[in-house]
Amino acid sequence: MELATLPVLSPFLPELILAVGSLVLLMIGVFQGERSTGLVTTLSIFVVLLAGLALLFMTPDGVTFSGAFVLDPFARFMKVLALAGSGFAILMSTDFARRENFDRFEYPVLIVIATLGMMIMISASDLISLYLGLELQSLALYVVAAINRDSVRSTEAGLKYFVLGALSSGMLLYGASLVYGFTGHTQFGEIARVLSSGDVSVGVVFGIVFVIAGIAFKVSAVPFHMWTPDVYEGAPTPVTAFFAAAPKAAAMAMLVRAMAGAFGPAVSEWQQVISFVAIASMLLGAFAAIGQRNIKRLMAYSSIGHMGYALVGLAAGSQAGVQGVILYMAIYVVMTLGVFAVILFMRRQGQMVEEIGDLAGLSRTHPLIAFIFAMLMFSLAGIPPLAGFFAKFYVFLAAIEAQLYMLSVIGVLSSVVGAYYYLRIVKLMYFDEPAGNFEPMAMSLRVVLGLSGAFVLLFIFFAGPIGSAASVAAKTFF
Amino acid sequence: MILHTLFFYLFSAITIASGLMVIGSRNPVLSVLFLILAFFNAAALFVMLGAEFLAMLLVVVYVGAVAVLFLFVVMMLDVDFVELRQGFQQYLPVGGLIGVVLLAELLIVLSGWVFAPEAVKGVAAPIPDVAQVSNTAAIGQLLYTHYFFFFQAAGFVLLVAMIGAIVLTLRHKPNVKRQVIADQVARSQKVELHAVKPGQGV
Repeated sequence: MELATLPVLSPFLPELILAVGSLVLLMIGVFQGERSTGLVTTLSIFVVLLAGLALLFMTPDGVTFSGAFVLDPFARFMKVLALAGSGFAILMSTDFARRENFDRFEYPVLIVIATLGMMIMISASDLISLYLGLELQSLALYVVAAINRDSVRSTEAGLKYFVLGALSSGMLLYGASLVYGFTGHTQFGEIARVLSSGDVSVGVVFGIVFVIAGIAFKVSAVPFHMWTPDVYEGAPTPVTAFFAAAPKAAAMAMLVRAMAGAFGPAVSEWQQVISFVAIASMLLGAFAAIGQRNIKRLMAYSSIGHMGYALVGLAAGSQAGVQGVILYMAIYVVMTLGVFAVILFMRRQGQMVEEIGDLAGLSRTHPLIAFIFAMLMFSLAGIPPLAGFFAKFYVFLAAIEAQLYMLSVIGVLSSVVGAYYYLRIVKLMYFDEPAGNFEPMAMSLRVVLGLSGAFVLLFIFFAGPIGSAASVAAKTFF
Repeated sequence: MILHTLFFYLFSAITIASGLMVIGSRNPVLSVLFLILAFFNAAALFVMLGAEFLAMLLVVVYVGAVAVLFLFVVMMLDVDFVELRQGFQQYLPVGGLIGVVLLAELLIVLSGWVFAPEAVKGVAAPIPDVAQVSNTAAIGQLLYTHYFFFFQAAGFVLLVAMIGAIVLTLRHKPNVKRQVIADQVARSQKVELHAVKPGQGV
């Protein structure tokens, strides 16, 4: 009997670190009990950091596990993003955990496992590894959403997310089975080869549409966005901060790889679907956020809108478009983490407050925080010379080059509408009477807010290097 | 051969009919029982394909474990299914519309169905000749070599499910007295007797 050769593990090193690290952390937690929460949280940040260092300095590009897992410049860029999002999300939860007696060591462990799932998603070049990575991430997220099990809203958020997530996984699997049935392959490279060799059959098109529907749920794009506001509002705030950043980047990376990698030759088939999803997301994100009073719900609608803008780049279906998506996600993750650092800081008399009105007069009570938060709001609205402007600039430029004029015009108009609710927050902070002092900001939140603010303000100076890194990453598919 | 075809249609027809009964029957217990019938017929279809290991797996795992668990849950929980269906009429137009759209899509797909020669050739792991290697061994060889990564990833998914179930349901109640067998066993030989006067306690 022949012995199978051991697969090459070197491109898989960061994932291996996360997997082994999460198991070790779990064991520490199980044997030490709840009092180990602080230790496990600190160690989990180190595990994520270690995986990031390994990814940047020790891991060669390559394909392994019979073509199911691929590490290329695109995967590397998006993985750095996912790791940074997760690492900072854990860091931001430490202060909340201490003040709210949120001492569950499973929380950082589940975040590390979710990060592992994201890494597998980003590197998935096979329909099976795509699905397994997605489930690994989603299952951890469902649990984390409901982790505050004594709160009705948190459990409701978890349950709602779980039921709708299971439905979307079903759609994704149905689409994947159609793609497999009509092309005979699950591997992305082989699917692309079959699609480019002849006519694209109706079955494959339906398969692609169902796959898009399944992934659109994960990036919360319209019409699969219904869970987002409720889950954002119901989940504990550090969990929401985590949900809004890294998983979105990972799911978007997966969508880009599936569309540009596997279904690249059928671009004319999925371009319309992605365009529709992008337009609907941008419009809903712009209009539905106007009436929101709760800042977490507002951020939910804002994230729906931003996913729409990022999808504009994908709809272009060109290298410039994919470069735009990559840059958009990078800037979006940084901005979102900064905004959530401020939301986590909103605490009065030992209680978290979540109303937009609670921010009134922040410029007089905490001028520096108000300034950075205002810059983040301007950046989210896409006002130059801040980072958010460049994000939108690159995707719309790509869309215009691809002659998607309609899409670009609607996008720019909806970003004008969206600017209203971002600017309203600035107005509240600077021109309204103070609503009272917040408790002092924790060190970890200051670090995140400072880094995020610096990135947004100074992006114009290092737009070149980041842009060229994104360009190299986007070249993977073209 | 004709017998083969006959049995295929028999099993498929019963599978579909019992599938309809699962959603159609008013009594949830009957639904679960019809689900079990559907599983059995699907297993029979697997046997006819030559995939006897999958057939046995379906019976053992789905009928033996999942469906029985399901039956327990349905019987134990006092769910008023009539009440659950209260909103049914209200959502019928939208739901019906989506159903019709999906059905139309399926029909279009089926009408455009060509059994691509590529699909038959490209099968990653065709069923091997039973005379040479048994089904179980063939799956094992594939699962632990070619699909090793998927196997491990699936294991991690199950680990998350287990952590999740424990996180969301395990509660340490402070005032519950638990039996600590180690303490009982390690108790010293000498029997402690206390002379307790009435009305005073130890």
